[in-house]
Amino acid sequence: MNARLYFWQRGSAALMVPMIVVHLAVIFYATSQRLTAAEILSRTQGSLAWGLFYGAFVLLASIHASIGTRNILCEWGRLKSGSAGAVASVFGAALIALGLRAVAAVVLP
Amino acid sequence: MSEAVSTLKVSLWRGGSDGRFKTYTVPLKANQTVLDIVTWVQRHLDPTLSYRFACRVGMCGSCAMTVNGRPRWTCRTHVTKVIQNGMLEVAPLANMPVIKDLAADMRPFFEKWVAAHGTFAASKTRTDAIEPIKPDEPARRAADEAIECINCGACYAACDTVRWNPDYLGPAALNRAWSLVNDVRDSDRTSRLAAISAEGGCHNCHSHQSCQEHCPQSLNPTRSIAGLKRLSMQAFVRGEINA
Repeated sequence: MNARLYFWQRGSAALMVPMIVVHLAVIFYATSQRLTAAEILSRTQGSLAWGLFYGAFVLLASIHASIGTRNILCEWGRLKSGSAGAVASVFGAALIALGLRAVAAVVLP
Repeated sequence: MSEAVSTLKVSLWRGGSDGRFKTYTVPLKANQTVLDIVTWVQRHLDPTLSYRFACRVGMCGSCAMTVNGRPRWTCRTHVTKVIQNGMLEVAPLANMPVIKDLAADMRPFFEKWVAAHGTFAASKTRTDAIEPIKPDEPARRAADEAIECINCGACYAACDTVRWNPDYLGPAALNRAWSLVNDVRDSDRTSRLAAISAEGGCHNCHSHQSCQEHCPQSLNPTRSIAGLKRLSMQAFVRGEINA
């Protein structure tokens, strides 16, 4: 971990804090209102706002998690920083791909 | 010291990193320190026992060892306060190579101290006027607290992050850097911040606070490291350092 990685990991965490509150509120609302999948999709499909919100969330979570994974691989996996960085980058790219695919599934019309 | 009133079984680490504990029976006396016990074994039972000490009054930081699993300064640790089930186990400090018996190799510890730019870099010469330093300014107070470190290595031996990451500079070196970045007379601030912001620097600290828990001087290196993280981030955002 160096200053640059620390900046991105802590910065992404700080940005995600209010987004997590919104995310939890959405879950609470959807479950308390007993919304069906069809009802949820009817509200999210074609919505630029939800697409941007969850798209940004996926990018931030991927940055945050991949830097943390690199740290774990270095400290507990005894990998060198270069190897850990390579594995963590692949992991982060996978998170972005899977996350954006999930966002696309609920916001694309 | 008073007359011996009973005996104590003490296990001392013997040999290098592949050594083992050897048990000795020593007289238990009043006001006896762990260092007294180790010295008694060397003087009376085995003159080949190796260990390190100098001042015997808690100033030099030479005699730290692992006592019943915890790093402690042995010259100021009373035996009666650390005995567990009538046993005392003394080993060299953890997270450092073993030279022999109870003497740990502190070279990595001090090499990291140097890597963290732990030496004072004067901003003035002896021909300049003496700069007045106000003792009650926040920066000076922070420096004054951190500067009380005696470099015994107890914090380094107790640090989980040092154990996981051998490249981590460790609490003592970073605490020293913190004392210097708060010293207005020092001229090496930016390059010191760059040094402690690199891979293995202050940002590896998980704030477990073992350093604070085990510091015999009751210092708080975790707070020093948190201060360095703040200054490092400020310097990084301003573009003063690259990482």
